[in-house]
Amino acid sequence: MTADELGAAAATSAAPTPGARPGAAVLRGGNALLGLLGFATFLALLEVVPRLGLVSSDYLPPFSRIVGALGDLLREGGFWAAVGDTVWSWFLGLLIAVTLGIVVGFVVGTVPVLREFTASTIEFLRPIPSVALIPLAVLVFGLSIKSTLLLVVYASFWQVLIQVLYGVADVDPVARDTARSFGLGRWARTLHVTWPTALPYVFTGVRLAAAVALILAITAELVIGIPGLGAEIGVAQQSGAVPRMYALVVVTGVFGVVVNVGFRALERRLLSWHTSVRSEVPV
Amino acid sequence: MSGGAVRIGRSLLALLLLPVVLLAFWWVLSADSTSFYMPPLRTVFETFPDTWSTDGLTEHVVPSVQRLAAGYLLALVLGVSLGVAIGSARRLRAFLEPVLEFLRAIPPTVLVPLFMLFAGLGDTMKVLVIVSGAVWPILLNTIEGVRAVDGTLRETCRCYGIGGTARLRHLVIRSASPQIVTGMRQGLSIAIILMVISELFAADNGIGYVLVQSQRGFAIAEMWTAIIVLGLLGIALAMLLRLFEWRTLRWYRGLREAQRGRS
Repeated sequence: MTADELGAAAATSAAPTPGARPGAAVLRGGNALLGLLGFATFLALLEVVPRLGLVSSDYLPPFSRIVGALGDLLREGGFWAAVGDTVWSWFLGLLIAVTLGIVVGFVVGTVPVLREFTASTIEFLRPIPSVALIPLAVLVFGLSIKSTLLLVVYASFWQVLIQVLYGVADVDPVARDTARSFGLGRWARTLHVTWPTALPYVFTGVRLAAAVALILAITAELVIGIPGLGAEIGVAQQSGAVPRMYALVVVTGVFGVVVNVGFRALERRLLSWHTSVRSEVPV
Repeated sequence: MSGGAVRIGRSLLALLLLPVVLLAFWWVLSADSTSFYMPPLRTVFETFPDTWSTDGLTEHVVPSVQRLAAGYLLALVLGVSLGVAIGSARRLRAFLEPVLEFLRAIPPTVLVPLFMLFAGLGDTMKVLVIVSGAVWPILLNTIEGVRAVDGTLRETCRCYGIGGTARLRHLVIRSASPQIVTGMRQGLSIAIILMVISELFAADNGIGYVLVQSQRGFAIAEMWTAIIVLGLLGIALAMLLRLFEWRTLRWYRGLREAQRGRS
């Protein structure tokens, strides 16, 4: 994850910080060819290393065999059903976590007393690894999608909540006081002052949550055996279908890239109006 | 009473009130619980010493933490050294960027079955799994941090002929340290997840092993104690990292405050 993903941004008054990097886009375009070459080299290594016997091809099949297995997968109805299951539980879990995170974050963030009294509890609950809840999910919800949702929501909720809390705390005091002296009520201030300030933070939270949600969705499927890409990997592993297993791992990687790139593009598009200098907050 | 004492009392209250209320609620609501999955909290507490006595600690917590520490430290060394190398060479970075982008997008837990092929079921596999997941956030954040080193500082270093280790230590690593620490924090939570997952798959000791064994044996109170131990471990490690961050990034906080005019 890149530096700008971290604690997020929008320090309108900040001078250039170590996080800011102008001209990155220009460099990116000029280097696309080099990147393509890098990827080609990576694939070539994947093909050559097992063929030369540096690594047993039982463990690491040559790239061409992985592609072959991938081709077989793409023709299977069951595979697409698994993709659908994974996408659905990822999306649903992310939606619940984002909604909860934004609502709770705004309520807690805008009421100083609440913020003060919940700080310790949030700090305490956040680092609890969500995978600790796996056995509980298995016992209570079994192989249903609810097990996945429990893990996904628990893990990604904190990502959103923390960012929203930072965002709400970042409101410019002058803007807030101006709005107040113009007689804007609590609701109008939230809508016109707090929400626009917090938006870049909210987006960072959503982007982080999207990546975490994907990890947890696939992990839940893999470990518990809930239908989806994760479970397919588990089945392929148990039946010794190594190329198929690699092909499925590649699919999860592509899924991850799509999520990362897609949310970054969405953020740039939706926040293009935002003049904030993006920089990193050390938290 | 003086104002200071009132303030301290108030912040203590803020710190403790909600956790105590929540625990009390859990205690009272679960007291007569007949639900199989939610045993009374009292029962969980009573089971705690049995499962996590000195034997439980040495047999399960210590191996888990050892694997975690080995994997995490290895990921840290790998991530920072590779990150400094890749971050300082523009062409190398452009060459590797798409590959790294793809590799870090793979959910790290799906690599557990792959590493089981290579490294079997032992400690090596578990440490490798932890490294393979925790290294990405550290590596990518280090790259970002190194490439954003302040130009003036870099040229000042060159003017004064500072190079080699001194340059690395005082300019590159120091400038990138806020990003490195952020990567370390993200890496830590991934490392803990992978520690547990790798133990769920195949282990004869460790916290994850206790977790899955008690679940399979329907020893529900014991399962809850394992969840609590994992939670406590997560919190303890997060606090340790925060202490580290507080000590190493003191200069950075001062800088930010000065820049934002809030000193």
